[in-house]
Amino acid sequence: MPIQILMPALSPTMEEGNLTKWLKKEGESVAPGDVIAEIETDKATMEVEAVDEGTIGKILVEEGAQGVRVNTPIALLLGEGESVDDLKAEASTPPPAKAEAPAEEHADQKTEELPAPAVVAKAEAQPMPSDPDIPEGTEMVKMTVREALRDAMAEEMRRDPDVFVMGEEVAEYQGAYKVTQGLLQEFGDRRVIDTPITEHGFAGVGVGAAFAGLKPVVEFMTFNFAMQAIDQIVNSAAKTLYMAGGQMGAPIVFRGPNGAAARVAAQHSQDYAAWYGHIPGLKVVVPYTAADAKGLLKAAIRDPNPIIFLENEILYGQTFDVPKIDDFVLPIGKARIHKPGKDATIVSFGIGMTYAIKAAEELAESGIDVEVIDLRTIRPMDLDTVIESVKKTNRLVTVEEGFPQSSVGDHIASKVMQRAFDYLDAPIITITGKDVPMPYAANLEKLALPSVAEVVEAVKTVTYK
Amino acid sequence: MATTAKKSASKPSVAKQRTRSSSRSSALSETGLVMPKAPEPLDFSKEQELSAFREMLLIRRFEEKAGQLYGMGFIGGFCHLYIGQEAVVVGMQMNLKEGDQVITGYRDHGHMLATGMEARGVMAELTGRRGGYSKGKGGSMHMFSKEKNFYGGHGIVGAQVPLGTGLAFANRYRGNDNVSLTYFGDGAANQGQVYESFNMASLWKLPVVFIIENNRYAMGTAVTRSSAETNFSHRGISFKIPGIQVDGMDVRAVAAAGEMAVEWCRSGKGPIILEMLTYRYRGHSMSDPAKYRSKDEVQKMRSEHDPIEQVRQRLLDKKWASEDELKAVDKDVRDIVADAADFAQSDPEPDVSELYTDILL
Repeated sequence: MPIQILMPALSPTMEEGNLTKWLKKEGESVAPGDVIAEIETDKATMEVEAVDEGTIGKILVEEGAQGVRVNTPIALLLGEGESVDDLKAEASTPPPAKAEAPAEEHADQKTEELPAPAVVAKAEAQPMPSDPDIPEGTEMVKMTVREALRDAMAEEMRRDPDVFVMGEEVAEYQGAYKVTQGLLQEFGDRRVIDTPITEHGFAGVGVGAAFAGLKPVVEFMTFNFAMQAIDQIVNSAAKTLYMAGGQMGAPIVFRGPNGAAARVAAQHSQDYAAWYGHIPGLKVVVPYTAADAKGLLKAAIRDPNPIIFLENEILYGQTFDVPKIDDFVLPIGKARIHKPGKDATIVSFGIGMTYAIKAAEELAESGIDVEVIDLRTIRPMDLDTVIESVKKTNRLVTVEEGFPQSSVGDHIASKVMQRAFDYLDAPIITITGKDVPMPYAANLEKLALPSVAEVVEAVKTVTYK
Repeated sequence: MATTAKKSASKPSVAKQRTRSSSRSSALSETGLVMPKAPEPLDFSKEQELSAFREMLLIRRFEEKAGQLYGMGFIGGFCHLYIGQEAVVVGMQMNLKEGDQVITGYRDHGHMLATGMEARGVMAELTGRRGGYSKGKGGSMHMFSKEKNFYGGHGIVGAQVPLGTGLAFANRYRGNDNVSLTYFGDGAANQGQVYESFNMASLWKLPVVFIIENNRYAMGTAVTRSSAETNFSHRGISFKIPGIQVDGMDVRAVAAAGEMAVEWCRSGKGPIILEMLTYRYRGHSMSDPAKYRSKDEVQKMRSEHDPIEQVRQRLLDKKWASEDELKAVDKDVRDIVADAADFAQSDPEPDVSELYTDILL
């Protein structure tokens, strides 16, 4: 049967084109790859190559034709043993539009069958596991966040030989902030690996190792430097599971200090919670206490997904109670009510909690009973806990150090407005860092960050006190 | 197997024509790095010639069909065809064993077919259907097969190089003798992360073959307009990674270089670079009219260096196959491709519920 040569689409958007020139005549033979015609689109003149071998039996669209729709038959190709006579026999029957029909159907499906995203069942409301019960009488150990993180890594490395730590100065130097102290001595240089200063490269190496089934813990000396690596984190780590239809993903933890330290100015003082919180395919964890740091880092290392684990240099040295339990693992995606209250809700995470907690203490003195929620995880976000609290207090203030536009607080405010509008007795206030690069001067730096006074003021505003 | 074949006396033709013989610079000798000599092309057995012919033809016919389906609107977005470069993946694949990994960029259909992935699944992914390797969610540039150790299919130029190095890292971590074949183009070879990877691969002696497919154009920019050092086999010198140039249009030369390189990695010597001198007949992507090079240039490559034609001619000359027998192979391959194309057009699009699956485990 003669083969139809169709008007090709030569770009993702082409719908029609002009057939400017035939380079083969009827009766001429063609081989795959031969240029048979020239087509002009709005962008360029393109050559049409023959795909099949044969003889041009009939030209159906003459050269010079304008606005020829994509998939219109433009010529008929005769195969071996076929002759022009075969065409005459075929002429009585209309040319089979086999190729064309599914294409249109395909287009229809796109517009009609695909419902608005809201219609598609989204597996959002999975029951969230709670924190494990801590048995009565469990001994609490005073521990810094730094030690808690180190213990978490060490315990997971003892548990699973596929877990390893890599990053700048993690081994011989014992960690730029001493978070990996002692790991080299216990696990050796096969599993605790000093990298060159090469964030983009070692982030990618880590993701590749994770593709192969290892469980890397990649330390960034600070997350500011992870901007060099953000393509590997977002495009390679976060998206592969989806792009591979579930066949392979990256069980990897990227961890390190995030946000402003002290007096290190603009390039070294930035909070990435909102940045990574934006990306489907990532989980983003931001612990505040040492117990959460330990339990959540252990969970992150076991999690089969790519995790962004945002620590804070200022919190590293702070001491908290950590329950002395074998294998203390906390659920990712679950907020923690740090302090119950009834008059207003403050939601924060990471170092933002320090402002929230102090503000709540001050407000208690003025008789305002604040509920403080530590999100702990930015993505997936435990909005249920926030909404429940707002339904009780009817007032919400969020606190974070990140920039104001598209902040984590903005997201929470939007969701609370949609899900608990009728419960709100005041507009939500989002306290953030100021909309400026971090200044160096001590006085300006202080101004650029949120303050306890701002949080107190905000709570008074939403409670009309 | 390639390992038992005898060496042929013929010289790599394209490599000779296209680059000056690589001068051993003083910088090179200072590193103490000894550049290995490119091995002579393997003297293929009849079976090897026939197998190479068939494998390369499958890629060629598959890509021609993909171009056709793109023209018909069944394939959307970007579609980068591998036509002209078939000898590279087919020759390299001859040296792999179970467990070795392959990773590449976005011109990836040939690599997938060479690793043994099914034409149906690849084509259905191109048309965005549920039977595609990524359930239709990845498309031409993002496809994977855990079963065949094919790690993608990556759309960001050069990003696969650290990833492939990471695969090699995992091999070394586990203490196995698997090798990572990490493919990238002359364009990607100018990305910074490539050199970050070279450094770590060499520092840690990782078993990775960096295969630079130099097809002379990074999209529309000729190598000479983009690269200060156009001999890509020398790009590893600063990292003490040896490299050789290979006639990437001659599958026997590729197989010989691949045999040497894979053995190099397996024996624990660390990474090695193979620069494949190759050529793509089509534009960078479907919408590229390729006006940046002359028709004569393309025609000359096609008529004088076509990788499939070379094998075909040898098979006929040695009377290892008749015209009719080769036609039968072509028919067979066309049937596979036609079946894949039919499947890719009739298979349904993914269920809408797939929108929200495979985001997290």
